[in-house]
Amino acid sequence: MNRRTRIALFALSAAGVGALLLWGLAGLPSFGDYAGPYGDLIANLAPPQRHIANAVTAVVFDYRGFDTMGEELILFGAASAVAMLLRETREHDVADIVDRVRSDATNAISLLAALAVLTVGLDVVAHGLLTPGGGFQGGVVLAAAFLVLFLGVEFHVYNQVAAPTRGEPVEPFGAGGYIGLGLVSLGLGLSFLQNFMGIGTFGRLTSGGSVLLVSFSSGIAVAGGFMVIFNEFLQENMAARYGR
Amino acid sequence: MIPLQIAAVAFVACGAFVVVVARDLVRQATLLSIYGYGLVVLFLVFQAPDVALSALVVSAIAYPLVLVGAIARVRALQKRTGGG
Amino acid sequence: MTYLPYALSVWIFVCGLYGIVSSRNLIHITVCVSVCQSATYVLLLAIGYRKHGTAPIFSDMPTRGRTIVDPIVQSLTLTDIVVSVAVAALLLTFALKVFEHHHSLDPGEIAGLKG
Repeated sequence: MNRRTRIALFALSAAGVGALLLWGLAGLPSFGDYAGPYGDLIANLAPPQRHIANAVTAVVFDYRGFDTMGEELILFGAASAVAMLLRETREHDVADIVDRVRSDATNAISLLAALAVLTVGLDVVAHGLLTPGGGFQGGVVLAAAFLVLFLGVEFHVYNQVAAPTRGEPVEPFGAGGYIGLGLVSLGLGLSFLQNFMGIGTFGRLTSGGSVLLVSFSSGIAVAGGFMVIFNEFLQENMAARYGR
Repeated sequence: MIPLQIAAVAFVACGAFVVVVARDLVRQATLLSIYGYGLVVLFLVFQAPDVALSALVVSAIAYPLVLVGAIARVRALQKRTGGG
Repeated sequence: MTYLPYALSVWIFVCGLYGIVSSRNLIHITVCVSVCQSATYVLLLAIGYRKHGTAPIFSDMPTRGRTIVDPIVQSLTLTDIVVSVAVAALLLTFALKVFEHHHSLDPGEIAGLKG
């Protein structure tokens, strides 16, 4: 069937699907009338029980830490699959490409900016238990710090700092560290991923106990995963640009 | 619903349609980033700052990079094989 | 008006589906898949919203006496957004590999499986 027939058929069935979805969603409580008990329960329990000020981080890394481990492994699998599919362009093909940005002012400011972004990323990861933040958001910002080097300085500097042989082992450390912390809890006689350190004072950076370590290791894992993906895509493009 | 929420909902609704209808790939990557910023405002107005931070970081850094990287590689391959 | 965010999520999903069905380019399809995913984020957050509620961050305010929105749906959405980028990168890698073999990104032209 040609394209017009296909789109007309789609319009018909999309109207049916949309009507069904709207009818189903109209059975929910109306917007703003959240009734369920679990949200209130967690919001009232997280600060006194766990000394964590950010209830969302408490749910992600403490109450539902096992689910987050599954998401970490999805990220790990996707990054490994990208590295495996794009393995034809070798690292040594692009190791001598310089590709410098031609303005000295941009080079200087980008070097400073990379340091600033690295600090902001570490800050976002560390403050995840007190303010909005945590391992997932901070991990992407950490990966962006190396990207600023490529964008503003030169590809050779980026490759030296974040080279695949040096940068890619970071991700397994993060994902393995997450699971390792769970195994440490098991070894100490608690449940998997249960808190095994003192939960500290409410409102300080060291509150929450081992949830802080879990948040850091997930930040490292996310940063490492995105570094792998960025490395592969940048390698492909540099090889294409210089004809390797 | 407060007016800011209605404005954010309207922006996101228009943004979704515009992203899908765009045909040039680089333009679509840019529109996806702007749609992501609209989502950030929507998530903030729904009182979800953690989710808004996550959406901001992703749609400003990660999505544009992987999309533009793939588009550039495809164009380089097209040039090498002489169009097609 | 009280069901507007739910209708928004249905609209975004149907837009994404239209993009997938009417697309002529594999990279365009990947972007439309992420638009479909964002529909689920909007639905999740709309379910957890409470009128005159505030964010579930307790650094500067006491726990009792304030209406709080639901933190659990926010945790589901947060990790999902970051992981979806990695999956989108994988889809784009598939598109690159398909282009290397078939020299075309049009889903209509690459339909046949070859040995």
